[in-house]
Amino acid sequence: MRFFEYEAREIVKRAGIPVTDYGFTTDAAEAKTIAERIGGPTVIKSQVLTGGRMKAGGVKFADTPDEAQAHAADILKLEINGHEPRGVLVDPKADVKQEYYMGVVWDGAAKKPLMLFSDMGGIDIEQVAEEHPDHVGRGHFSTLHPFSDFMAKQVIADAGVTGKALQRCTPILARLAQLFLDNDMILAEINPIAELQDGSFVALDAHMEMENEGMGRQKALIKALGIGAEEGTRETYVPSAFEEAVHAVDAADHRGVIQGKDNGFDGNIGLIIGAGGGSLTLTDAVRQQGGKPANYSEIGGNPSVAKACGLAKAVLQKDGVEKIAVMMSIVSNTRVDIVARGVIKACLELGKDPAETIAIFRIPGAWEDEGFKILDKYGIEYCDRSVSLWEAAGRAVEKIQGAAA
Amino acid sequence: MRKDAIFIGIEVKDEFTSDPALGAKLNEVCPVNIYKGTAEGVDIVEENIDECVLCGLCYDASPDDAVSVLKLYSGGEPLR
Repeated sequence: MRFFEYEAREIVKRAGIPVTDYGFTTDAAEAKTIAERIGGPTVIKSQVLTGGRMKAGGVKFADTPDEAQAHAADILKLEINGHEPRGVLVDPKADVKQEYYMGVVWDGAAKKPLMLFSDMGGIDIEQVAEEHPDHVGRGHFSTLHPFSDFMAKQVIADAGVTGKALQRCTPILARLAQLFLDNDMILAEINPIAELQDGSFVALDAHMEMENEGMGRQKALIKALGIGAEEGTRETYVPSAFEEAVHAVDAADHRGVIQGKDNGFDGNIGLIIGAGGGSLTLTDAVRQQGGKPANYSEIGGNPSVAKACGLAKAVLQKDGVEKIAVMMSIVSNTRVDIVARGVIKACLELGKDPAETIAIFRIPGAWEDEGFKILDKYGIEYCDRSVSLWEAAGRAVEKIQGAAA
Repeated sequence: MRKDAIFIGIEVKDEFTSDPALGAKLNEVCPVNIYKGTAEGVDIVEENIDECVLCGLCYDASPDDAVSVLKLYSGGEPLR
């Protein structure tokens, strides 16, 4: 779940991290009132869930409350990358001595949170990491063991920061790490965390994303931020044509469940896979043996022939897919013969030879004898439970990659 | 009356096709809506034939030999 900056700042504030005396409003006149309360130059920032605010004119500086009101009125009407602003944040213009970056992100490969710190804040951390890797400190920490401040200190020191800055940033990064753990975040970032002329530190911007599955545990926080259930996860993911096609097939028939994803997949092996974690295992097995999946899918819950057929057709109609691998771990309620009928029917309706198109069919379990009769009739290579998922995936890779070579 | 799809064929003996009571019964028991009961008797819904789950409920709901479910992928072997 994504958060607007004004919400992320509130989360940061609740964690005991110093923030500026900002205000959020949806009304230009109120922006003036906030600027008057601040009593000095301000920054007016559009509240949108997209990047590129500065370039699009969504961040403006004001010297007076009247100017703040005028800028707020302009920004409230400004659409950025197709996003209407939720409101504006009116922030005091800070007297900054130096900007730093600090963030905690979930590292899916390490399966641990990763702390990042840099003395080059205010710009993308990816750019700093690429151009000035010696200015970035990194360190994983456990989600099981208590967090200790020394771990944050080590990461900051690794970025080359010493002295007072090191001492003052340590508790802030430690609180950010604790905030990450306490609130089921997958990203908690403060960029920049600014050192002011008086030597104090303050968060000038924040970016938070919560694990969607954590939303149930974090109802109190979500409610406290005034976020209604109707807002969901605020994901802006745009499904591909393939994903929409699979969703339509699934929605049209209550029997069974299918899912299809192809964001980030550009291979030539069409996958019809599923069953009790089988999809993840099989996708990994295909990749680790050199195969390039064209998609990810899940099929199960005893789908109809029409549903299995619909999924197979959607996969086969993807660019670059000549063959499909139909593989599941051992099925109990999903029927082998029904899935076999579905994938064969898809081939026939698309004018393809099932024996040539289905590289391997490895679904053992309920009604497999009947399924194997169907597969025999169409000359399709299949295997039973004596062939592991790994081996079946390997056979598919060999057959498909071999044919493509 | 016989209708074949890709994998399954359905046959209703001609002497039973004009029995509305049988049509209604088959319509009620078939979990995948292969049979449709009409005022004239029994009809077969072609697009649903391959959804047959081989449950045999249509056999149980019919007089002996009135309906047959044929596995076309197995040489036309009847379900029973």
